[in-house]
Amino acid sequence: MPVALIKSLVFALCLLPGVLLGWQFYQDQLGANPIEAITHNTGEWTLRLLLITLVMTPLKRLTGWYWPIRLRRMLGLFAFFYACLHLSTYLWLDQFFDWPEIWLDILDRPFITVGMLAFVLLLPLAVTSNRYAIKKLGRNWKRLHRLAYIVPVLGVLHFWWLVKADVLEPAIYALLLGALLFARLPERKRLGKAKTSPQAAG
Amino acid sequence: MLIKRAEDLTEADVTPYDVYRERRRFMQSGLAGAAALAMPWLARANITLGKITPGPFGTDEDKTPLKDVTTYNNFYEFGTSKADPAIRSGSLVTDPWTVTVSGECDKPGSVDLHDILKAHPLQERIDRLRCVEGWSMVIPWVGFPLADFIKGFQPNANAKYVEFETLNDKAQMPGLRRRVLDWPYTEGLRMDEAMHPLALLAVGLYGEPLPIQNGAPIRLVVPWKYGFKSIKSIVKVRFRETQPISAWQKAAPSEYGFYSNVNPKVDHPRWSQRRERRIGEFAKRKTLMFNGYAEQVASLYSGMDLKKNF
Ligand code: HEM
Repeated sequence: MPVALIKSLVFALCLLPGVLLGWQFYQDQLGANPIEAITHNTGEWTLRLLLITLVMTPLKRLTGWYWPIRLRRMLGLFAFFYACLHLSTYLWLDQFFDWPEIWLDILDRPFITVGMLAFVLLLPLAVTSNRYAIKKLGRNWKRLHRLAYIVPVLGVLHFWWLVKADVLEPAIYALLLGALLFARLPERKRLGKAKTSPQAAG
Repeated sequence: MLIKRAEDLTEADVTPYDVYRERRRFMQSGLAGAAALAMPWLARANITLGKITPGPFGTDEDKTPLKDVTTYNNFYEFGTSKADPAIRSGSLVTDPWTVTVSGECDKPGSVDLHDILKAHPLQERIDRLRCVEGWSMVIPWVGFPLADFIKGFQPNANAKYVEFETLNDKAQMPGLRRRVLDWPYTEGLRMDEAMHPLALLAVGLYGEPLPIQNGAPIRLVVPWKYGFKSIKSIVKVRFRETQPISAWQKAAPSEYGFYSNVNPKVDHPRWSQRRERRIGEFAKRKTLMFNGYAEQVASLYSGMDLKKNF
């Protein structure tokens, strides 16, 4: 399959959750608390897309295909797109631009603080996701884009801190993220760690 | 014929309440079965409610539609998502149902639910329900004062607190298979809180027996406290001299206190409690002290530091 076709397909797939959510909202199918449903849905898709973006490099390494790398930017930008929807839902539908309340929320609720931090760190990534910025920033571009590992960590923490008692879902995301980050360690380091681990030796 | 009647019942969600009550009079228990087929999320306690008279207190605010009251529930014994209790609670057997009363009282014992219903005339009360998560509903409960129930067991002078316990049966409650909380679910009240006429034991809502997801067949309603204090599907009541520790207190002592009175001035670490979203409304409204029942219950806490005793 040509890369352009794969790209269009993935583009359509990434739009789907948003379209579906809009449709459900329009059809009044989001249950008793639609604002909460939208917040949760957009938050989860932000996190999922952040993780899927991280799958591309290991996938290329594993398969030797090059197209996953060509999808990376689009996936990252879609994560940003859902993060924008998520934040707007909070600011507009949930808080109705009550800035003093929003400010207190950011200061007082650890899960909001961390979520906000994740969003703020996502901003420079979105802004520099173009050829011009890559050229202009040179080596620093790569350094800056290491934030793509930090943001999902904050996203998982945000999720973990907002659930009341049942941490199963955030725990699953944490495990997946852990595996993805581990897969990115250079091979030398991954093996080295296994060799020196006393449990593994025993 | 059967199907047509069942359809009639689905209209209840959107029918004005008076018409709805009127219609309810013609309904037989067999119809409830048909309704269960038409609306699988509406399995109800297998009891018949006798005469229901309007009770004291209550609000005349718009009631939350039955559909929302029965599909948006926190009842972790059936799962931790709000949709779970409506979908996964069909396995609960509510008949026979016994409540066992023990501890500091002169007449401990077990009572069958049908006998409880025979002993206490039912009243209807429309109450606000405020969840600690920042949303609220207005629900027309059917029940009787907790005080009337308690008096029958003659608590003695040592009875300073009363503790309640929810059924703890994995076979009937799929959510219990995961240790999200330290089961069984327990809650407690100070004796004077329990004897307050606002504290209700509910067996129905919207004029009908309680749907399982709302805590069938018998649950507590303490409208001036956060929703989790209003324990569901009660099987045990214990009079105690010492303050009981509730399930949520055990899970997160810094977040959930024994009193858990609705208080816009004391925030939960996860949620600001200054405002709430009434289910069905768009903009948030201000949360009222003691959920708007200050006139009735504030005196219970005079002289107490409510920030410390949250
Ligand atoms: C990259 C950034 C972010 C990610 C990955 C993220 C992810 C999530 C996830 C996964 C959920 C839980 C969904 C569920 O329970 O099913 C959530 C909920 C939520 N997020 Fe975010 N989020 C981010 C940023 C933010 C920001 C900036 C805000 C607001 C300032 C915010 C506010 C909320 C709120 C209010 C909830 C719902 C909390 C509740 O139900 O109690 N998030 N988010």
